[in-house]
Amino acid sequence: MTDVAVPITTRKDWSSDQDVRWCPGCGDYSILAAMQSLLPEMGVRRENTVFVSGIGCAARFPYYMNTYGMHSIHGRAPAIATGLAVTRPDLDVWVVSGDGDALSIGGNHLIHALRRNVNITILLFNNQIYGLTKGQYSPTSEVGKVTKSTPFGSLDTPFNPVSLALGAEASFVARTHDMDRKHMQEMFRRAHDHRGAALVEVYQNCNVFNDGAFDEVTGKATREEMLIPLEHGQPIRFGADGHRGVRMNEQGHLSLVEVADLGEQALLVHDEARPDPDLAFALSRLARGPHEPTPMGVFRAVERPDYGSQVDSQLLDAQARKGPGDLEALLRSGTTWTVD
Amino acid sequence: MTSTTESTHGTNQKIQHVDRVVIRFAGDSGDGMQVTGDQFTNESAIFGNDLSTLPNFPAEIRAPAGTMAGVSAFQVHISDHDILTPGDAPNILVAMNPAALRANVGDLPVGGTIVLNSDAFDERALGKAGYTADPLTDGSLSSFKVYEVPMTTLTIEACKPTGARPRDAERSKNFFALGLVSWLYQRPTDVTEQWIGVRYGTNQIVVDANRLAFRAGYNFGETAELFDSVYEIAPAEHEPGTYTNITGNTALAWGLIAAAQLGGVSIFLGSYPITPASDILHELSKHKNFGVRTLQAEDEIAGIGAALGAAFGGALGITTTSGPGIDLKAETVGLAVSLELPLLIVDIQRGGPSTGLPTKTEQSDLLHAMFGRHGEAPVPIVAAKTPAHCFEAAIEAVRIALKYRTPVYLLSDGYLANGSEPWRLPAIEDLPDISTTFAPAPIATGPGDGEGGTNGTVPAPIFQPYERDPVTLARPWALPGTPGLEHRIGGLEKEDVTGDVSYDPINHEKMVHLRADKIAGIARDIPLVELDDEGGDARVLLLGWGSTYGAIAAAVRRIRAVGKSVAQAHLVHLNPFPSNLGEVLGSYERVIVPEGNLGQLTKLVRADFLVDARLLSRVQGTPFRVAEIERVVLDALAELEGLAGLDDHAKEESR
Repeated sequence: MTDVAVPITTRKDWSSDQDVRWCPGCGDYSILAAMQSLLPEMGVRRENTVFVSGIGCAARFPYYMNTYGMHSIHGRAPAIATGLAVTRPDLDVWVVSGDGDALSIGGNHLIHALRRNVNITILLFNNQIYGLTKGQYSPTSEVGKVTKSTPFGSLDTPFNPVSLALGAEASFVARTHDMDRKHMQEMFRRAHDHRGAALVEVYQNCNVFNDGAFDEVTGKATREEMLIPLEHGQPIRFGADGHRGVRMNEQGHLSLVEVADLGEQALLVHDEARPDPDLAFALSRLARGPHEPTPMGVFRAVERPDYGSQVDSQLLDAQARKGPGDLEALLRSGTTWTVD
Repeated sequence: MTSTTESTHGTNQKIQHVDRVVIRFAGDSGDGMQVTGDQFTNESAIFGNDLSTLPNFPAEIRAPAGTMAGVSAFQVHISDHDILTPGDAPNILVAMNPAALRANVGDLPVGGTIVLNSDAFDERALGKAGYTADPLTDGSLSSFKVYEVPMTTLTIEACKPTGARPRDAERSKNFFALGLVSWLYQRPTDVTEQWIGVRYGTNQIVVDANRLAFRAGYNFGETAELFDSVYEIAPAEHEPGTYTNITGNTALAWGLIAAAQLGGVSIFLGSYPITPASDILHELSKHKNFGVRTLQAEDEIAGIGAALGAAFGGALGITTTSGPGIDLKAETVGLAVSLELPLLIVDIQRGGPSTGLPTKTEQSDLLHAMFGRHGEAPVPIVAAKTPAHCFEAAIEAVRIALKYRTPVYLLSDGYLANGSEPWRLPAIEDLPDISTTFAPAPIATGPGDGEGGTNGTVPAPIFQPYERDPVTLARPWALPGTPGLEHRIGGLEKEDVTGDVSYDPINHEKMVHLRADKIAGIARDIPLVELDDEGGDARVLLLGWGSTYGAIAAAVRRIRAVGKSVAQAHLVHLNPFPSNLGEVLGSYERVIVPEGNLGQLTKLVRADFLVDARLLSRVQGTPFRVAEIERVVLDALAELEGLAGLDDHAKEESR
C-alpha cells in the first residue's frame, strides 16, 4: 500500500457524516476545522489515521473525523492509545482530550505516556472548566473560581499543562489557541511530525460556561501586547513592533523588558531543542495565567527514542538471538522426562 | 503414608516401601524453603512419581526473622499412583526454626515425623516464636517422631573448604535439609547438583557451598544412624509421553503464547504487578521472540486500557491481575463489551476483600467477573481446574474472545498459580485451530460484473461496523490501516448495524438483547459438562468449578472406595453454563457445591435452575481438604438413606 501515492483529498473527505453537536460558538469548531483542513495537506492517509479520546466535550472529536476513531472512557485515552501505537507503529495516533479528562481523572496516564515517549500526538483542549457536566471548575481553573460546585470560590491551585508536561519528561510541548487557525495548524503539524509523545495545549473558549477566559491573550484587540510568540533561534519579542522582550538574568529568572531600554542583544534567544528542559520550564512559568503576557508556540522539541520503536527493537533482538518462537521448544524448555 | 513392605538398606537401615507421602518444608522467609521444595519436587518428578505441590508464603518479603509471621512453607505430595491434591496434612514436617515448628505442627497427625534444625532452638528464637517452654524438652512433641539435627553447625562445617565465612555458609542450610530429605526418600541427587550449578553459576563459592551442604545432608542421613529406615516410593504409572512439572502461572503464560500462534495474532500484555499474578507478566516478558509485547503499565486501568487499544489494532490484548486490579479494570471491561472487541482479562484470585490475603488462595471473584460492571454487560468466563489445565483454559478463553469479539474472563487462583503438577506435553498438531479473520477492504465493483454499474465502477459498499455474523452474532474486526473501513466506535450506545451513536430507546433495548444473546449463544459452542457418575446410581452430585477439582475428585475416589456412590461434575465454563447443566443438576437428589467463597456458584445455579444446591464453603486461604468434602458427602448419603426409611410425612418434617 505504501508504494501507491497518497490520494489527493479535501477537507470534505476527512469529515464524517455525523452532525457536529457542540454548542454554537464553541472553540472546538475552529479546532476541528483546522484539523480537517490541515490533514489533506499533510500527505497522510485516512485509513492510517486514528483519533482516540476519553470523555468530555473535546472527546466527541473522533466522531466528526472520517478516519478510524475511538471515543473511550474518562481519562483513559492516553493508555488506550499507548497499546494501539505500540502494536501498530504504521498508524498516526492522535489523542484528543480536555483539561478535566487529561489532567484530573486521566492525569496519571498523561504523564506516563509522556515519559515513555509513546509515539502519539496529544491535543489538550484547555477551557479551564467542565463543560459536559455543565460548569464545574477544572484542574486548570484559576483559584477562587465560582462555579456550581464552588459557590464560595475554588480553593485548589491549578495545573499549568505545559509545566506539567515538561516535568513529565515530554519531548515535545507546544501551546496554541482556537482563535488562530494558521498557528494551530503549524503546531499540529509540528507535533504530528515529532517522533515520540507530543503534547499541544490548545486554549479553547467555552462560550457557555467560561466565556472569554483567554480573551486577553487570544483576542484580536489585545493579542499583540499579550501573546508572546516563541520562535526557535529568535530573540523572544512581542508587542507592537516588538517593543517588549523576555530577558533572563544571571540567576535564570525571566522578566519582561522594554527592548529600547536594553537592546535586542540583551533578550533571551529561544532554543526549543535545548537538551535540558530548564528554559522551556522557565518560559512556561512566565505568565501566572492568561491575564499576563503568555508564550505561544513550541516550548520544547527534542529527539528521544520513542517507546514503540524500542519495544520493537527488543523483539527483533530476541528473534535474532533465539530465532522465531518455537512452541514445541517452549513446552520442553523446563526439565522434562519421558514415559514409554 | 501407607507402609507396604520392608527390606534392608546398607547395614542397619530398613527400606520401607510406601505408596505416597506428604512432606512440608517450613522455615523463615529468608531460609529458601520455596527453593528447597521446588528442588525436591523436581527430583521426584524426574524420578517418575506423581506429585502435587502447595507453596504457602507470607505477603511480607522479609517479615521479622524468626517470627510466626515470617514462616514460609512448601508442601509436596508424591506418590506411586495418580494423585489429585497436595495432601490434606503432611506426614513429615521439616522445620528450620521454632516459628516454623509452631506454625505447622498443628497440621501434623499423631505419629507424624518432624525433622528439625536443633541449632535454631535457642532461648531467643523460642521467645520470638512465642514458645514459653522448649518444645524439645517439655514433652509437647511426644506424639510425634522427632529427629533433632544440628543443621547449621553441620552446614558450616561442610562448607569450610570453600573458604566462605560462617555467616555466609550458614545460608546453605536449606540445601543440607534438602540433601537429608532426599536421602530419606531415596531421590536422585544429580538433578539438584546440576541445578545448583545453573542457578548459582555466576558465584562459584555459592555453588560449592550449596553442593557441599547438599551432599553433607545426604551423607548425614546415611551415616548418622539417626534414622532407622529410609523410604521408597516407586515411580507412578503415567501415560506414555513427555512430561514436565509445571505451575499454573507458567502453564497459563504458555497457553497464551500458544493461543496467539493458533489464532494468528500477536500478544500485547498490559499489566501492573500484583500478587499472585505477576509471574505471568514475568514469563511472557521473557518470550519476545514469539512477538510478545509486554507493557508494565502505570496502573491497573492503564494495563487493560492499553490491551484494549492494542485489540483495536488487531493484537490479542491481554491483561493479568488479581482481585484489587479487577475492581479497577471494571469500567474498561464494560467499554470492551460495548466495543465488541476481543480482550482477555486474567484474574488470579486471592483472598479478599480489599488487600485481603495477597498470597493466599480464594475463589471469591466469580460474581465480580459475572456481574461486576454497570449496565447489562455480559462477559464469558472460563476457569482453570488444575495447574496444568491453565494451558488449555487459556487457549479456550482466547478462542471465545477471538470468535465472539468479546472480553473474556479467565479465572485461576493463588493455589493453581503457584501449585505444580506433572504435565504430559500435548502434541502441537493436536491443539485446536482458533484462527480468526479481519474484515477485508471493500472492493469497488466494475461495470462488467453484472452488478449494475454502466459507467465506471460501482462504489464500494459503506462499511457497517456493527453488522453481525448470523451464527455467532459477532461483529467484524476491522483494523485501522484498512482502506475503506474507516469507522468510529465508542462507549455511547450504538445503532444496530451502522454503529452510529444512538439514543433511541427501542434500539437500546435491541442492542442490550443482542449483546446478551451473543454471549448466551456461546453455550452452543462449548462442550457439555462432563459428568462422572460411575455406575449411574449416585444420589448425590458434587458440583465444582476452578481449583476445587482435585480435592473433589479425590473425595469421590475415597467415597467410591468404601462402596458408596457419588457423582462429580466440574465446570470450566461459568458463563454461559454448558447447555446440559440444568438437566444434570435436576437428576440428583442432592447437589453439593464445594467452593472457596460464601456460595457464589451456588447462588448462580440456584437462580438459573431452581435447584436446591447446598454450599460447602471454605475461606481459609488454603485449598479444600479431601476429608472435609468426603465427610459432607457421607453425611448427605446417611441423611438420604435415613430419609428413605421415613414415610412421606416424616420426610416433609425432616426438611
